Amino acid sequence: MVKFVARRVIASVVVLVLASMLVFVIVREFGADPARIRCQNSRAQHQCLESERKRLGLDKSLPAQYVDFMGDFFQGKWGTSQRTDRSVAASIKDDLGETAQLALWGIVFSGAIALAIGVYSASKPYSAGDYLFTGLAFAGIAMPTFWFGLLCIQFLSHGLQDVFGTDQPIFYSIPNPVGSGIENYFREFALPVLVLSVQLIASWSRYQRSAMLEALGSDYIRTARAKGLPRRTVIWKHGLRNSLSALLTVIALDAGALFGGLIITERIFSRPGMGTELLSAVLNGDTAVLLPWMLVVGAIIVGFNLVADLLYGVLDPRVRVA
Amino acid sequence: MSRDLRMREAQSAEGLAPGSAALLLPEPSDVGVETGGRPIRSQWRFVLRRFLRHRVALIAALFLIGFAVFAVVWPHVSSNGVNPPITRALSAHAREGPSWSHPFGTDQLGRDQFARVLDATKKSLVIGFGAAALSTLVGVIVGGLAGYYRGWIDALLMRFTDLLLVLPTLAVLLIIATNPNPSFFGLFDLPPATEVGGMILVLAVLGWMPMARIVRGEVLSLREREYVDAARAAGASGPRIILRHLLPNAIGVIIVFATLEVGLAILEEATLSFLGAGIQLPDVSLGNMITTAEDTVGTHLAYLIYFPGLVLFLLVLTVNFIGDGLRDALDPKSIR
Repeated sequence: MVKFVARRVIASVVVLVLASMLVFVIVREFGADPARIRCQNSRAQHQCLESERKRLGLDKSLPAQYVDFMGDFFQGKWGTSQRTDRSVAASIKDDLGETAQLALWGIVFSGAIALAIGVYSASKPYSAGDYLFTGLAFAGIAMPTFWFGLLCIQFLSHGLQDVFGTDQPIFYSIPNPVGSGIENYFREFALPVLVLSVQLIASWSRYQRSAMLEALGSDYIRTARAKGLPRRTVIWKHGLRNSLSALLTVIALDAGALFGGLIITERIFSRPGMGTELLSAVLNGDTAVLLPWMLVVGAIIVGFNLVADLLYGVLDPRVRVA
Repeated sequence: MSRDLRMREAQSAEGLAPGSAALLLPEPSDVGVETGGRPIRSQWRFVLRRFLRHRVALIAALFLIGFAVFAVVWPHVSSNGVNPPITRALSAHAREGPSWSHPFGTDQLGRDQFARVLDATKKSLVIGFGAAALSTLVGVIVGGLAGYYRGWIDALLMRFTDLLLVLPTLAVLLIIATNPNPSFFGLFDLPPATEVGGMILVLAVLGWMPMARIVRGEVLSLREREYVDAARAAGASGPRIILRHLLPNAIGVIIVFATLEVGLAILEEATLSFLGAGIQLPDVSLGNMITTAEDTVGTHLAYLIYFPGLVLFLLVLTVNFIGDGLRDALDPKSIR
């Protein structure tokens, strides 16, 4: 087991280093040129470009730039945002907290619903209910998140408010405008969590269904039924336990990406967080934010992938040998 | 299994990428045996026949074709333009809800939303199919080389593929789509993502990896077959074996995944344009139409967001249904 963990940890570190290089090339070579953004309104384009490139260290070779940047990064010198003059490290720290809350509730909510749908569909395959959930999964996967978010605001925020004639909407479409407390917390998070969950539920429930179908088709299930255990026990105990590792792994794999992937939800509900940070940075040409942002999110994703790997090894001992 | 799970597009939580692959999980009960006694037909006749029996996919295909034809023909039939000159006569019809003369209503300036949505649909389809075609090309080349040659070529190509799969898709798309002067390592200039061509390139950069993994897996198993040995014994070169023997046999999965890629690309383009990083006004896209109308949410003008979004949703849904139908039709084990 120790060997298994050690091997996976080392592999993750290697992936992280290679990913940082790839990210560096993408941001520097395929992203907007910081010097050009600064010289947009300069009359002496050529001189301006040259001096800015020199000042930003962009005249050096790409590997040299990478070494410079990583050196600064590990010393905590993440630079300051050109737009807000705020330290990038401080903003990202705040953003992570905001996004983590949303991501956590999204994972809990989506995971629970997906589990229930998957188990139901697999225990009654090709029933009317199964077909309904399959259709809903198709709809969920084709649903544009940003459009669904706006529809939620239209109908569940404004619509319900009109129906009940309350002063404040029942579900807020912006971060909590009034008071604190658990009730307001719920009213604030209900819609964003619903919106980010649609695609997650659609895809996770399909995984749970197919893992559960596979588990229910195996011999130990037939044995359990044959020795007289009730169907319910067999499904919820034998079937579920043996199918759960697949769902947990998928959740762990997607969880990391959520930290960098809530761009749409945060944008629709005007929430602060990692997504908003990146979006305003790219739209305003605030290039200083991009690299630290990508490295932090990349580290989180690789971290969760590692968790998924280890989790799978713990839950399914066969994986450890391979 | 762990590898298998990682293979799916695990990025982009809000589902720019996940999802589509989830619909393709094998179903234990799909496995059947072809019964004898039928007249011999060519493979494609079989595929066509099985596809036509898949009612949902057939309806979806007709719907999509109808949509495409309509989007191309409509501008020649209708007098309502996409960006007509703003005149007093036009403004007189501003903010009209859906009616027979304006099925999707008119916007604050009086422009016909139906004409605008159709123009945006045309763009969506061009970008979706273009990006999927390019992704498929790259994916097939990378996957074919990795699967056939194995060894260090395989290791190198697949490690790179995995690495790209780790990155958060939407974030990377935003970063490269907002570059106003994209170039290929300074060697030659590329069109910016505000144009259709540039958008196709941007989407293809992060779109080819699932295809590469799929094709590699398929080629890895196909290359062990006897007919490949026979071709090699007859002196066929590597590229010839890949092109003439391996890829034709992998065409089924390639088509299915290419179809799913179309839906994904349409969704990604709309999302980028919605966020302000893609097609810019006055060029219309389903995404930027919704951004423009965002402040109508909560008012009686909200129909301005309903129709572009609904069309976008239906486009992606139909493409995915077609992919599902093709999967069933191309699967030789299916008994339909």
